[in-house]
Amino acid sequence: MFRLEARTSTPAWFNLALPLIAIAATLILCSGLIAIAGAGVIEAYGVMLSASLGDSYAITETLVRAAPMIFTGLAVAIAFRAKFWNIGAEGQLLAGAVASCFVGAIPMPGTLAMLLMAIVGAAAGALVALVPATLRIKFKVDDVVSSLLLNSVIYYALMALIEGPWKDTFSGYPISPPIEDSANFPVLIEGTRLHLGVVVALIAAPLCWFLIARTTLGFRIRVTGENPEAARYGGINVQRVLLSTALLSGALAGLAGVGEVGGVHFQVMSDISPGYGYSGIVVAMLARLNPLGVVPAAIFLAAVMTGAEAMSRATGVPAFLSDVIQGTALLAMLVALLFTAYRIRRVGAQT
Amino acid sequence: MSAVFEQIFQVGFLAAIIRIATPLAFATLGEMFSERAGVLNLGIEGIMLLSAMAGFTAASLSGSLWLGVLVAVLVGALMGALHALFTVALGLSQHVCGIGVTLFSSGLAYFLYRLIFGQQSVPPSIDGFKLAPIPLLSDIPVIGPAVFNQFTLVYMAIIAVPLAAFVLYRTPWGLAVRMVGENPRAADSAGVSVIATRFQAVILGGALMGLAGAFLTMAQFNAFTFGVVSGRGWVAIALVVFGRWDPWRSAGAALLFAFVDALQLRMQASGLGHIPYEAFLMLPFIFTIVAMAFMSRNAVAPSALLKPFRREER
Repeated sequence: MFRLEARTSTPAWFNLALPLIAIAATLILCSGLIAIAGAGVIEAYGVMLSASLGDSYAITETLVRAAPMIFTGLAVAIAFRAKFWNIGAEGQLLAGAVASCFVGAIPMPGTLAMLLMAIVGAAAGALVALVPATLRIKFKVDDVVSSLLLNSVIYYALMALIEGPWKDTFSGYPISPPIEDSANFPVLIEGTRLHLGVVVALIAAPLCWFLIARTTLGFRIRVTGENPEAARYGGINVQRVLLSTALLSGALAGLAGVGEVGGVHFQVMSDISPGYGYSGIVVAMLARLNPLGVVPAAIFLAAVMTGAEAMSRATGVPAFLSDVIQGTALLAMLVALLFTAYRIRRVGAQT
Repeated sequence: MSAVFEQIFQVGFLAAIIRIATPLAFATLGEMFSERAGVLNLGIEGIMLLSAMAGFTAASLSGSLWLGVLVAVLVGALMGALHALFTVALGLSQHVCGIGVTLFSSGLAYFLYRLIFGQQSVPPSIDGFKLAPIPLLSDIPVIGPAVFNQFTLVYMAIIAVPLAAFVLYRTPWGLAVRMVGENPRAADSAGVSVIATRFQAVILGGALMGLAGAFLTMAQFNAFTFGVVSGRGWVAIALVVFGRWDPWRSAGAALLFAFVDALQLRMQASGLGHIPYEAFLMLPFIFTIVAMAFMSRNAVAPSALLKPFRREER
């Protein structure tokens, strides 16, 4: 018989190695599916690696994909720190995309347009996140369920827009009109899609880290998440912290949508997010809710997504493998996390 | 407006409510058993999808619908066991594990479906279940054709409700489930194995979610498409709250939701002016959120919900 025994201390190397162990376990587990699909495991992962990180263009593509997941990852990490279970980053991203697209379509100087897109997009995301937070505070509605259900509501609202008032009367496609050319985020490296929004995402991570680790609000968020009772005794207004967290989290998720509109698609369509909101949960967990860890975690998932398409073309393994890898990585990470607090002991064995 | 009211009381409309409610009832009962034992299962959306895919595939390859149902139930139970392994045996966060199970099983469902059926412009379909009218009962006016001229799986859902209530409230196992969900420490002292009971409840829940998935691809749509579950799992979680963790009330909640959904479909079909159809599609979700806001105040969740149990810890 084995049993879990509480650790008194966790070795430092173990904390750092943990996500890597989880990722290694994930890749090994998913290699079974590659084998079932009849492709060579080494070959398939090789194609994924070279297509996502093999040359400078591939790296920029991976970074472009990582940007929205950095934002949603940060959104989830901060929310989960306060035990505000925001599963609604997907809907908040969509709201941010729609709102910024509205603003971006108005003719005005480029810099102003981009700034307004970011502000309005973030505000839209924050507003959506405010709903589950308010419902939890006022009506004790479970935030997991309400934020999940809101994703569907926002998605259908977006569909109503692009099938209705925004529908392209010329082509008949359900896509929004494009934003003004001047509002397109500048491309940083000629010949790639690496846009300004990616840099903003990379800067947002250390800023969020600073906010969580070094500011009063960050302290309140952490205490509220770790022990709401103690927070209350310590004079922290838990409800207000919850609302601040929701606003912050929603704004970050909204920015993910802004980046997709301003830097990648320049308009809104039904599949503007391939589930970046849910990927944010995986990213946040791989990062162990540390904003700094969000960057490498998002880049890893982005590499898997970018690589999976190339792998699918080269080996015929369905690209949905990247979704399976995401789910497996999340579960593997959770199990790995268990071993920071516990270790396995053989019961009855000599110690 | 009177035209809308006339339509509500048509046989077809009542039958539609029952049909929409069926997968929701299975899923809601499944989630209810899991939560009654203290385990929130957010894997439900993915479990339904994977079961729907597995059942469809089995039925399509073997030609036997009931084999498909069996496979869907087994897959659902298996995924329930996976969720229990993480949350009950290892005591990991139920929220995050559930999302993990959903991401994993939806990814797997799409991956395997594409692997088996390849990329086709028209999704392959099967000859799904046929209506199985019950003699005599189906002759009762209005109620008969609506309730007793349905798929066998619908009758199973109708029977599942009193059966679930009986199991939960009248059997020793049901008592054990309620105990480990309310006060695991007391249950443990009384000699009930908390871990085993929770595993059983979550696995039973998964099996019921599997039935819900089977209904979608083998009776309702007769094909597996990417939006085949489309949030029904999430709705079921809300319906459990709405139904206050009780089989009868949960089934009532499923019926109420199905009524709103069927109404939405009717309003779409009747081309109510210039309202976009998406407004109707979001209606059931908004309804659920609002309903939860009203219900959650008095709703009392099982007290040990979300709390892992470790015997050696006090």
